[in-house]
Amino acid sequence: MTDVTKATAAELGRMIASGEVSAEEVTRAHLDRIAQVDDRVHAFLHVDTDGAITAARKVDEARARGEELGPLAGVPIAIKDVIATKGVPTTAASKILEGWRPPYNATIMERINAAGMVMLGKTNMDEFAMGSSTEYSAYGVTRNPWDLDRIPGGSGGGSAAAVAAYEAPLAIGTDTGGSIRQPGAVTGTVGSKPTYGGTSRYGLIAFSSSLDTPGPVSRNVLDAALLHQVIGGHDPRDSTSIPAPVPAVVEAARLGATGDLTGVRIGLVREFSGEGAEPGVAAAVRDAIEALVKLGAEVVEVSCPHFEYALPAYYLIAPSEASSNLARFDGVRYGLRVGDDGQRSLEEVMSLTREAGFGPEVTRRIMLGTYALSSGYYEAYYGQAQKVRTLITRDFNAAFEQVDVLVSPTTPFVAFPFGSRTSDPYQMYLADLYTIPTNLYGGPAISVPAGVSEGLPVGLQIMAPTMADDRMYRVAAALETAIPPLTPPALTGSNS
Amino acid sequence: MAAISREEVAHLARLARLAVNETELDTFAGQLDVILQAVARVGEVAAADIPPTSHSIPLTNILRDDVVQPGLTQQEALSGAPDAQDGRFRVPRILDEEA
Amino acid sequence: MTTTAPATVEEVVARYEPVIGLETHVELGTRTKMFCSCPTEFGAEPNTQVCPVCLGLPGSLPVANKAAIEATIRIGLALNCSIAAWCRFARKNYFYPDMPKDFQISQYDEPLCVDGYLDVEVEGKTVRVGIERVHLEEDTGKTLHIGGATGRIHGATESLVDYNRAGIPLVEIVTKPVAGAGTLAPEVARAYVTELRDIIRSLGVSDVRMEQGSLRCDVNTSLNRPGAEWGTRTETKNVNSLRSVERAVRSEMLRQASVLDAGGRITQETRHFREDTGDTRPGRSKEEATDYRYFPDPDLVPLAPDPVWVEELKATLPEPPRVRRERLREQWGVSEHDMESIVNAGAVELIEATVAAGTSPDAARKWWLGELARRANEAGVELAEVGATPAHVAELARLVDEGKLTDKLARAVLEGVVAGEGSPAEIVAARGLEVVSDTGALTAAVGEAIAANPDVAQKVRDGKVAAAGALVGAVMKATKGQADAKTVRDLILSRLGAA
Repeated sequence: MTDVTKATAAELGRMIASGEVSAEEVTRAHLDRIAQVDDRVHAFLHVDTDGAITAARKVDEARARGEELGPLAGVPIAIKDVIATKGVPTTAASKILEGWRPPYNATIMERINAAGMVMLGKTNMDEFAMGSSTEYSAYGVTRNPWDLDRIPGGSGGGSAAAVAAYEAPLAIGTDTGGSIRQPGAVTGTVGSKPTYGGTSRYGLIAFSSSLDTPGPVSRNVLDAALLHQVIGGHDPRDSTSIPAPVPAVVEAARLGATGDLTGVRIGLVREFSGEGAEPGVAAAVRDAIEALVKLGAEVVEVSCPHFEYALPAYYLIAPSEASSNLARFDGVRYGLRVGDDGQRSLEEVMSLTREAGFGPEVTRRIMLGTYALSSGYYEAYYGQAQKVRTLITRDFNAAFEQVDVLVSPTTPFVAFPFGSRTSDPYQMYLADLYTIPTNLYGGPAISVPAGVSEGLPVGLQIMAPTMADDRMYRVAAALETAIPPLTPPALTGSNS
Repeated sequence: MAAISREEVAHLARLARLAVNETELDTFAGQLDVILQAVARVGEVAAADIPPTSHSIPLTNILRDDVVQPGLTQQEALSGAPDAQDGRFRVPRILDEEA
Repeated sequence: MTTTAPATVEEVVARYEPVIGLETHVELGTRTKMFCSCPTEFGAEPNTQVCPVCLGLPGSLPVANKAAIEATIRIGLALNCSIAAWCRFARKNYFYPDMPKDFQISQYDEPLCVDGYLDVEVEGKTVRVGIERVHLEEDTGKTLHIGGATGRIHGATESLVDYNRAGIPLVEIVTKPVAGAGTLAPEVARAYVTELRDIIRSLGVSDVRMEQGSLRCDVNTSLNRPGAEWGTRTETKNVNSLRSVERAVRSEMLRQASVLDAGGRITQETRHFREDTGDTRPGRSKEEATDYRYFPDPDLVPLAPDPVWVEELKATLPEPPRVRRERLREQWGVSEHDMESIVNAGAVELIEATVAAGTSPDAARKWWLGELARRANEAGVELAEVGATPAHVAELARLVDEGKLTDKLARAVLEGVVAGEGSPAEIVAARGLEVVSDTGALTAAVGEAIAANPDVAQKVRDGKVAAAGALVGAVMKATKGQADAKTVRDLILSRLGAA
């Protein structure tokens, strides 16, 4: 039998539905792979072996009863630890939630379960999704399967690494400023951020409510679209969920796979061209764009003059919302409590708990956000950042009058070595230079492998108008036909 | 000139209920200063007549019907509590507002 | 300073002009909470009416209750407010254990209803109280303090939190400053809260019970010298009855005047009203002012009430209580003073329904304000909850009108009604009062006995009640001992006007 861990999710779904392989066999193969490699990769914070096998058996039993299986029934999936999973530890990679088992499921988990998908476990991330390297996890770093001495991106480094290392064919990430796409780029995987409101946030532990978007992580575009179809769509429990059907993403991915982009207009953002990207990244992206032209696409340069203010605006809006969202971690209802010695007041215990439970990056952002919302500073910081957000949205709207999609590098640099950007927080923030504008606008964007630089993966970001997620899948799938798949070398690098 | 003083950082820590120690105060003050100088660039944009965006997708009036749905049991509600007593969440003494 | 301290509001107003303002919180009576589908009933076991949303569990999200929005718009319309074309919820950020998210979802600079007014009557004068805003927010949980004196937070060693109340919709109604009320300021405050309570009750959106906390009031008071700018105000909390509203304003006026008379300054602070002493005490002064860091809640989308929807809600508004009271007063032919008694007894609706069931206004008023009010008072319950319904009272009055019950017997019947023994007719039957009500024979026998013994009857009429024994004996004889002696006696006394 072929190694099912190398198969695509679409293939696995088909094989399980046809009975060629059982869901339990597929699940066990992936659990075995995790057992083999995860001590080196450390993509997982928790592996739910029993739950996975139980879920897989249910699919096999349903098939035995003659029930029709969905396209991803029995297909394993890894879940970023920021998604609430009923009865299964959910920590957001923070000490403050150590041991917490939610009494409820996120909406996307209910949909994943209803589709018959098999959750393998919870993946590592930067604490509360704040970071671009997964170095800010309270539970140790995740290593990039391409080079174990380098970061897997962040915040969703665990989900990207799990998929890149064949520990799971699919994973869920969440993207607030690039946390699905940037890890996708640096691990040679596909990371898709749907339109904000296109996938439910109910059960996603909030970092920045107006930006957070759950989405698929996969090794190919069709698989991402299939997962998007499962998790997407209106959720009455999320007020910001768009009451509309999921765009036809699977059909778009299939259409793109024909390799024909005739009539598709692709925009290059002028303001991105001079800035930031390493030469090797810029070169790989140029080649990818040429490939798109060969497939029939037309390339147009567009101007988005306010994009240069996206990063500053983001680092005011996201920390402001986070400072409020993370207030609830106070040691009263769940999670850590420190210093309750019978003498100290609740106020002291709360402060000690939060100081002990939050890592330095989270603390930094809470303080930054508290500052930006303070009376006297609100207008200059938070208020002004929201106006910049309006201008960035206008830039996108103007650009999408000229072109169907925008493309750019996903991130300015390839996977960097551990520790190289942690001493200067702002240097870390630059990793999200190209991904952040889309979050502020709310539209969808996807990172697809575009080539390699210095032996490390480079991603191309494709951005589309809000609720036109199908467009980016079409272009991404077309690019896939022109770029040879990126396969990580056998896991190399230091091992501990 | 520094964008933020050490005292302001200490004030923020109190507002945010973070028991930051003296050494950390210095570190955070330095880091926040760098970040604030960088993000203050939003002020360069002339945006006086620009409306702010709080929600990227323009939805309004998303409302729920007034119909009871099952919630959690007391046991589930208290399942994550660091300390519980008599079906309630126990907390240390609260500084009182009345003198 | 004590020598100059004013003793009356009149003394205060001789030197200062009071400005008052009221912030009232009303818990709405919706079936579910403001932002989740948990039930809102009182009295459940702790933490059994909770879900991930109202417990503030990580990942949970709020969705606004349509019924609460509608109730708030209706309150706003009833208070002559404009309804915002577009507004948002905001987060008010501060740490407190009864607030599951450590922020409260409220409204800040974009309230749902703005700029209205409420006219109230005080001592025959109409005072217009401006309404600044009506907005919607969520209530907090309940905290039980252990180890201190009588459940107070002061001195407690630990606290226990129940989130059943967390997330109940709370409407905040804020007045504009009310100046110029002079010595009537305390009465204006009370009349405003009373009228507001009646309006909200008439809308059917809350039970507005101050003693249960479904209507809470904070009172702002300041004094200024005539012609000078308004003074520094204090905010008095813990004002839990209509009477306390009035007392709190009066006590703050006296206190502030004595401070100012002595050359002191008023501190802008929160004070707590004390029911037992009738005065206010300062709250704990915080080392730094709270900064709530309000910002639009990104988890909730803006509200943009469609004008058509607002018009539909406007069409559901009942007649304003003040207009309705005047109309009923005229219909019932009662004096303004009597109407005030009816209102204060909470009997308007009860009498109205009783009259609608065919009873004369006088009879309806007599029963509700007499016997039933007395019993409600004894039992310590609201008149509406005394156990009798307008249908009961109407039936009772009919029996009296038909001569089947005397007033005295009717009171006995009411006792049975209040005790839950059934309808008046059922009680008449069950308590053996039917001898009075169903036999013309007994009535006839009484009449005959009186006619046959005019001297005795006259004695009884003159107040010698003991003399009635002879008549009772005659009736018992005439009815061959089948009548109830006590009933016969009552009947005789009643007939002779000696009951």
